[in-house]
Amino acid sequence: MAASMQSIQRDSAARPSIPIIQERGQREVFCGLTSIVWLHRRMQDAFFLVVGSRTCAHLLQSAAGVMIFAEPRFGTAILDDRDLSGHADFNDELEKVTRQLIERRPEIRTLFLVGSCPSEVIKLDLDKAADRLTHQYAGQLRVISYTGSGIETTFTQGEDKCLTALASDIRRASTSRGATNSSLPATRLLVLGTLADIVEDQFSRLFDSLGIESVSFLPGKKSAELPRIDERTRVVLAQPYTGEALRELERAGARHIDALYPFGVEGTRAWLKAIADAFEVDAALFERVIEAPAARARTALARVSPSLAGRRISFFPDSQLEIPLARFLHQECDMQLVEVGTPYVDRQCVGSEIDALPRDVRLTEGQHVDRQLERLRSDKPDLTVCGMGLGNPLEAEGLATKWSIELVFSPIHGFEQAADLAALFAKPLARREKLQVPA
Amino acid sequence: MKLSLWTYEGPTHVGAMRVVNSMRNSHFVLHAPQGDTYADLLFTMIERQGRRPPVTYTTFQARDLGADTAKLFVDSVAEAADRFKPEVMFVGESCTAELIQDQPGSLAAGMALDIPVVPLELPAYSRKENHGASETLYGLVRAVLKGAEPQPPDSEPSVNLIGPSSLGFRARDDVREISALLQRMGVRVNVVAPLDAGLADIARLPKAMANVCLYPEVGRTTCDWLKRKFKQPVIDIVPIGVGATREFVQAVADCTGVDPAPVLQADASRLPWYSRSIDSNYLTAKRVFIFGDATHALAAARVATQELGFDVVGLGTYSREFAREVRSAAESYGLTALITDDYLEVEEAVKQSEPELVLGTQMERHVAKRLGIGCCVISAPFHVEDVPARYAPQMGYEGANVLFDTWVHPLMMGLEEHLLGMFTDDFEFNDTQMPSHLAHRGSQESATPVATVDAVPATPVVDDVDDIRWSTDAEQELKKVPFFVRGKARRNTERYACQQGLSHISLETLYDAKAYYSN
Repeated sequence: MAASMQSIQRDSAARPSIPIIQERGQREVFCGLTSIVWLHRRMQDAFFLVVGSRTCAHLLQSAAGVMIFAEPRFGTAILDDRDLSGHADFNDELEKVTRQLIERRPEIRTLFLVGSCPSEVIKLDLDKAADRLTHQYAGQLRVISYTGSGIETTFTQGEDKCLTALASDIRRASTSRGATNSSLPATRLLVLGTLADIVEDQFSRLFDSLGIESVSFLPGKKSAELPRIDERTRVVLAQPYTGEALRELERAGARHIDALYPFGVEGTRAWLKAIADAFEVDAALFERVIEAPAARARTALARVSPSLAGRRISFFPDSQLEIPLARFLHQECDMQLVEVGTPYVDRQCVGSEIDALPRDVRLTEGQHVDRQLERLRSDKPDLTVCGMGLGNPLEAEGLATKWSIELVFSPIHGFEQAADLAALFAKPLARREKLQVPA
Repeated sequence: MKLSLWTYEGPTHVGAMRVVNSMRNSHFVLHAPQGDTYADLLFTMIERQGRRPPVTYTTFQARDLGADTAKLFVDSVAEAADRFKPEVMFVGESCTAELIQDQPGSLAAGMALDIPVVPLELPAYSRKENHGASETLYGLVRAVLKGAEPQPPDSEPSVNLIGPSSLGFRARDDVREISALLQRMGVRVNVVAPLDAGLADIARLPKAMANVCLYPEVGRTTCDWLKRKFKQPVIDIVPIGVGATREFVQAVADCTGVDPAPVLQADASRLPWYSRSIDSNYLTAKRVFIFGDATHALAAARVATQELGFDVVGLGTYSREFAREVRSAAESYGLTALITDDYLEVEEAVKQSEPELVLGTQMERHVAKRLGIGCCVISAPFHVEDVPARYAPQMGYEGANVLFDTWVHPLMMGLEEHLLGMFTDDFEFNDTQMPSHLAHRGSQESATPVATVDAVPATPVVDDVDDIRWSTDAEQELKKVPFFVRGKARRNTERYACQQGLSHISLETLYDAKAYYSN
């Protein structure tokens, strides 16, 4: 069950690849539960119930809760001594909590039971519990389980596990027996990974102009409405952390469109081009459709990128976005990459991105935070991308930082956001130049 | 199993982190999976701490569970001892590690480190953050002083301040304020613990004449032990508000033999005069709802009633350890204390008691915001905006000034309130307008439309408020009641109608009810 956290090494045969330095030690990275913070806003008819401890509940509210104190569509069923000692029956207790929830939020259509470190260690069978509850609430509520535990998942990998659970559902519902007939032409596009609402709308308009009619996004706004998957379905990743869900969809017959991620002008162009090619869109039509937004994006980006050009940047492992963002900052903003750390490397998701990185980049997988900090202090980059636990301490040492979590919470994909994305990195540097207070 | 949406307290190991992070040259190795490092950001983000908390997390993964997690722990302790060279090492486990039972305390004890090791056993599934903080401080003090003999105290008057810690509400400013107050009295602060204390400071604790239990949630267990072990008296008056500060001064004087008169006569707070000045008349009997940790909730209730002239309409705490004290205080205000860690229960209680001001934690701030009621944060848990750049203690004389200013701020000023009452038709005084200084909050009075009837039907007997209908003219008249008391007027009128068995509310009923409820 730990396989997904380890690197998934797939030999990309001939091409000599950049060496990846493996690290092991303290990780300053959230666990997969944290992805609930955006998933519960994306899927408006879903509730996320973590079966875990007070730590899980505290993590969720500390990581993001205080920023969005609307009544959350997530909660924690906190295990106590009675649950651990077996004095309370797990199923009875879970039923009680579910009943409480449904009374309070009768509009919920999908309930995600989310496994945690404690629930995994004491081996609570959430799959079975989900089946039982689905049966019990038949017609009203679908209950799906997945794990967001820190012993198995990192930060954004929680979304991958959630999407994999949804993909399994789709697969069970579909009649296809996997990729048996790979020659069927593409008719349906599935975009995998959470996107900001505005980005989804922008991409939808572009797909429409390209003549790709059947497009769905997973996760969608309605968790109860799942897309159909078959041999005519092509999957493109919008987020680089969706590997396991992708493979589950492939087992349902869908085929992967390998592409760079839509970060920056060139990244977005390459992403759309790969999709257009898979759907055999006429090349001239493609150029016509993207001409105006791409030109607009180049102009906007040109205003921001000079302030980044030549600056040195390091990434601490966090959201899996590190490799594609490093590619964008290097290719389109002319930044120098010092170290790019990422929690794990899934070649199917980021192989092409790694190939687009400069050869001399220091690419690290996993983390030993103290050693990485030592390297950072000797590298002294102009900008360090890191989590909130490290930001202020590094600023206090005189190093400029960019909070990585903002990259997960902001619309950064596509042509219209290319300059905004660059601006997120330019802002801490501009602020330092602006401030006239002693350090 | 208990459903929780938001929690007031974190897990026990976060309490331990608060103590270790408070101290100089300490380190904590926490046996914990990936993800538990989130706790670092409590310190670096909320308190803007410019250094990493001194905590190493072992970060075990699923694949380690079948292998040797104990070795991972031992290696982490050795590496941390070598890298950070602390003078004392704390070892413990988070909730998940408690289940795998590696027993970090025994493992670390077997390592023969050349520094003191404090093993922490904090039950993650039955206790919470403040218990963890309290036990960690107690564990440290015991480990350092268990073999020490009672010693004669210093000849000069001195006390220890016990309990201030990281993420304690305004703890740093309180320590500065109380230290200055003690200095004016001629009393030396021997040791502050755990905030900024080192190992040598802990060893010096028995030298003081008395222990000031500044934050009982964190310090009481330690103070009680020091009293048993070293016969040090405990000063347990928390000096929040002018009255409590004066009693505190007297208690310190009693324990140390100094003369309290100069400090008492020089009373340095403006609160008493501000509260007596005529402008403060409008503060009389303002309805205030109070919820927080026990220390701050109890103190706030006393200041609110005795020093500002408010009426406390709700009092509660999430600190179950101090439920007894809060219950008896609530009784003295004619209330039943709300002892809960479920914020939804607190929200419901706020709604029911219809306060004009809420004094609470960041949770109550959000609740009050939704209800359109003014609110001040008086207790942990708090967020980054409650760690102000300016000096803003809660304790001592300056603390009393701060309380006056911050609690009065969300309320409407006297003349503004009168004008609103007189000219309710003014288009800028409508439902959506809050007092000018709260404009960004917006009022959110319940949008539930009230059914009205034009004709007056015969009067059947009703026993349910939901069956009551408002006549159009009564509804119009109700709109002339200032919006900040309109909800109360509506509910009182409906309650009155229900009692009288009326099924509809006329203009007459409205004024009958007003007369009935006015005192």
